[in-house]
Amino acid sequence: MVFKLEPRAVPSRVMIYQSPIIAVLLTLLAGMVMFRLLGTDPLQALDAFFIEPISTLDGIAELLVKAAPLILIAIGLSIGFQANVWNIGAEGQLTIGALFGGGLALAFYEFETPFLIPAMLIAGTFGGMIWAAIPALLKTRFNTNEILTSLMLTYVGLLILSYLIHGPLRDPDGFNFPESRLFHDSALMPLLIEGTRLHIGFLIALGVAIFAWLFIFKHVVGFQIRVVGLAPAAASFAGFKQKRLIWFALMISGGTAGLAGVIEVAGPIGQIVPVISPGYGFTAIIVAFLGRLHPIGVIFSGILMALTYLGGDSAQITMNLPSAVTGVFQGMLLFFLLASDVLIRYRVKIN
Amino acid sequence: MDLTPRLELIGITKRYPRVQANNNINLKVMPGEIHALLGENGAGKSTLVKCIYGVQKADSGTLIWEGKKTQVTSPNVARRLGIGMVFQHFSLFDAMTVEENIVLGVSSKVVKAGIKERIIEISSRYGLPLEPQRYVHTLSVGERQRIEVVRCLLQNPSLLIMDEPTSVLTPQEVESLFKTLNRLSNDGVSILYISHKLQEIKELCHTATILRMGNLVDTCNPKNETPRSLAEKMMGRSLEKPTRKKNSQFGKPQILLKDLSYRAKQSYGTDLKNISLEVRGGEILGVAGVAGNGQRELMNVLSGEELGNKAESIVISGKNVGNIGPNDRRSLGMVFVPEERLGHGAVPQMGLSENAFLSGFTRMKLANNGFLRKLKTDKYASNIVTNYDVKTSGIRSLASSLSGGNLQKFIFGREIIQNPNIVIAMQPTWGVDAGSAAYIRQSLINLAEQGAAVLVISQDLEELFEIVDTICVIYEGRLSSPKQLEDITLEEVGMLMGGVIVNSQEDNLLNGI
Repeated sequence: MVFKLEPRAVPSRVMIYQSPIIAVLLTLLAGMVMFRLLGTDPLQALDAFFIEPISTLDGIAELLVKAAPLILIAIGLSIGFQANVWNIGAEGQLTIGALFGGGLALAFYEFETPFLIPAMLIAGTFGGMIWAAIPALLKTRFNTNEILTSLMLTYVGLLILSYLIHGPLRDPDGFNFPESRLFHDSALMPLLIEGTRLHIGFLIALGVAIFAWLFIFKHVVGFQIRVVGLAPAAASFAGFKQKRLIWFALMISGGTAGLAGVIEVAGPIGQIVPVISPGYGFTAIIVAFLGRLHPIGVIFSGILMALTYLGGDSAQITMNLPSAVTGVFQGMLLFFLLASDVLIRYRVKIN
Repeated sequence: MDLTPRLELIGITKRYPRVQANNNINLKVMPGEIHALLGENGAGKSTLVKCIYGVQKADSGTLIWEGKKTQVTSPNVARRLGIGMVFQHFSLFDAMTVEENIVLGVSSKVVKAGIKERIIEISSRYGLPLEPQRYVHTLSVGERQRIEVVRCLLQNPSLLIMDEPTSVLTPQEVESLFKTLNRLSNDGVSILYISHKLQEIKELCHTATILRMGNLVDTCNPKNETPRSLAEKMMGRSLEKPTRKKNSQFGKPQILLKDLSYRAKQSYGTDLKNISLEVRGGEILGVAGVAGNGQRELMNVLSGEELGNKAESIVISGKNVGNIGPNDRRSLGMVFVPEERLGHGAVPQMGLSENAFLSGFTRMKLANNGFLRKLKTDKYASNIVTNYDVKTSGIRSLASSLSGGNLQKFIFGREIIQNPNIVIAMQPTWGVDAGSAAYIRQSLINLAEQGAAVLVISQDLEELFEIVDTICVIYEGRLSSPKQLEDITLEEVGMLMGGVIVNSQEDNLLNGI
C-alpha cells in the first residue's frame, strides 16, 4: 500500500475549515503519546491540561483574560498576512504599546478621571503603530524585508522596556525592584465580573473582531488587501496603491498589538514589569493561521491557544509536568496545521 | 521506402481528475513525415505529446517505436530512443552565451565529441545560423528558437516534436524555419508539428491529425483541405468570421501619445523610445511586433500601472494623464484588457462577482462611502455573464474555474459594459478557443463602430489583419509610423517586425523595401 499525494483540480473549500480541526485532533493524539512517554496517564494529563483549568468560573474568566490579547493581535496580523505583509514583530509592538499606555498611567498618577483609560488605550495603540511604522517605512522606501526588520525591532523594544523599568519608570518606593508603581484605580481596566480578573479587554477584542470582519469583507480597502495578497498584479491593474496598503497593514497590526499591550498592563498586571507578555505576539501568529486569517475564526483559535497557557500552568501544578509543555503544544499545533493544510490543495490517494 | 512507422500510437487514453484529456487516440508517423497535430486549446494536444515524450504516463494504450512496443517512462528514455522536443517556452539562460546554453542542455558524450564543430556543421546544414559567442539576451526570439532546435539536433533525433514553434516568429522567420524543417524531413527525420495555425499546416505538413476535446476527429492530408475546413473540423461547427463595415471617417483623436519614453523597470525589459501615436474615435489601431520588443511596457504605461512619465506625454480626451494611475484614467473613459488573464486581469481565487468589482467599481459606482454595494455588483456580474455568453455555474464561481475563452469573454464583457470611449487590449485572443476568439474580435469591431477608439497590441498578425484599420509595429521599444491597412502588406509588416528600416517615426517606412 502506497500513499500518494495527488493535486486537486480546485483547492478544497471544505478542507480549509476541516484542516484546523484535524490539526487539533492530531495535536491531542501526539500529546497523549508525549504524556505516556513522560510516564503519566495520558487521559489524566489531558484532563489536567484542557478540562480542569476551565472547570470553574474563575478558570473561564482567566481563559478569556488570556484570550483577549491573543485575539486582538491575531486579528491585526491576519489582516496583514492577507495582504502578504509579514509582521513578525507584534511582541515588540505590544511592548511599546504597553510603555505608551502605561507611561500615560504613571504620568497621570492619581488623577481621578474616567478619560484616563480611553486615553491610555489610544496611546497604546499609537505606540504599537509607531513601532510598526519603522518596518513600514523601510519596506516602502528601501524595499527591506519586513519579516527581518519587525522581528529585530522586537528585541530593541524589549531592551527599551528593560532600560525604562530599571531607570525612569522604576517605582521610587519599590526597594530598587525593576517594576513601576502599581497603577491607581482609574488607570485600571474596569472588571466585567467582580471577584475575577476578567475585564473589558475581552469585549474590546470581540468588538475589534466584528469590526475587522466588516472591514475585510464589506469595505473597499479590505477588498484591496485581499486582492493585493492573492494577486499583486491584479491589484496594480485595478489601480490599488500597494505602498499605501503596506502602510495600512502594518499600522493595523501594530495598532492592535499596541492595544493588546496596554490592555495587559492596565488589566491583569496593573503595573509595568520587565516581562509583560508570555510571548503573545509570537503565539498570535499561530492563532491567526489556525483561525484561517478570518476574524471570527481567530476568536475561537485565540480561546484555544489561551487554553494551552492555562493548561501548562495547571499541568505543572497538578501533574508536576514541566511548563515547557505549553510551548510543545503550541508548536505541535502549528506543525500539524501546516501539514494538514497540504490537504487543501492535495488529496491522499492509496495505491 | 521503409514502411515501418517511426512512431505508432494505439488507443492512448489519459484522464485527469476532471477531464478526459485523451480518449483512445491512434496516430502513425512515418519516417521523414511532417505530421501536424491540430486542435483548439484544451483539445489534448499537449497531453498526447507529453505521453510520447515521457513527461506524462498514459492510463492505457500502446506506443510502438520503429516497430517495437516501447514504454517511454521519462524524457531521458525518449531522448535515448531518438525523440527530441522543442518547447514553446524556451529554457535558456539570458546571461550566458549560445554555446554555454547548448552545452548545458546536452549529454557530456556529445560535448566531448567536439561540440563546436558539431554546432557549426548542424547550423550550416539546416540553415540555422548561430554565433556561438553571442549572449542570449541580445538575441531575437527567432534566434533563441534556433538554439533550442540545434540543441535538439545535436542528439541526432529521428523524431522531432515542435510545440507551437511559430507563435512568436515573424513571417520571414517562419519561412526560414520551414526550410529547415523540410531539409530535416528530406534527411528522414520525422516531425510532429503542433499548431493551430491552419495556413502554415497546409503549407508544411504531409498529414494532419485533428483532436477535439480529447477525441481523435480526423486524420487527413492538409493539402487537400482549406484552412476553413480544417478549422471547422477542429471546432466541430462552422466558423463565423468577424465582419466589419469599411470605415474611413474617424472621429476626433481620443488618445494621443506624444514623444513618450520610458525606462523599463524589469531587468531585460525593453525601454520605450520616443513613441508617438494617435487613435481616433471609431478607429482600431493595431500594434504588431515580436514578443519582448516593449509591448508589455507600452501596455503598462498606457494603463497607468507604471508611471514615471511627463503628464503631457499621454493625452486622453484632451486631458494630460501621463502621471495618473489606472483608476483616474478609467474615470476618463479608458478601459484595459491585459495580456495575462489569471492573476492580472482577474484574481484566480476570487469569484466572478468580486472580479467584476475589481476594475468596474469606479465607472459602475459599485462602492458607497467605501463599502461594497454587493447587490449592485452581483447584478453587474450577472449582466456580464448573460450578455457576453460566459459559460459558468454562477457569479460565485472562482475565476480560475473558467476556461481561458470564457474568462476572456468575462473580462471583455466587464470592460465593455462600462461603456468606454477608449479600449486598450493586449493579446486579446491569446490561448482562446476559435469560437470565443471570433466573438471577442467581433465585439472589438462593434465597439469601434459605436465610436470608441481601440488599440490592440498583438503578436498575431492574422488577428490584426482581420480587425484593424491602421497598423504599426513595435521593435526594440520604437514604434513605426502607422499605416492604413490597405497601404501595407503582410511581408512589409513582417520586415518591420524583424527590425528592417525602423529608425524613428519620421522615417518613411517604405523607403528601401
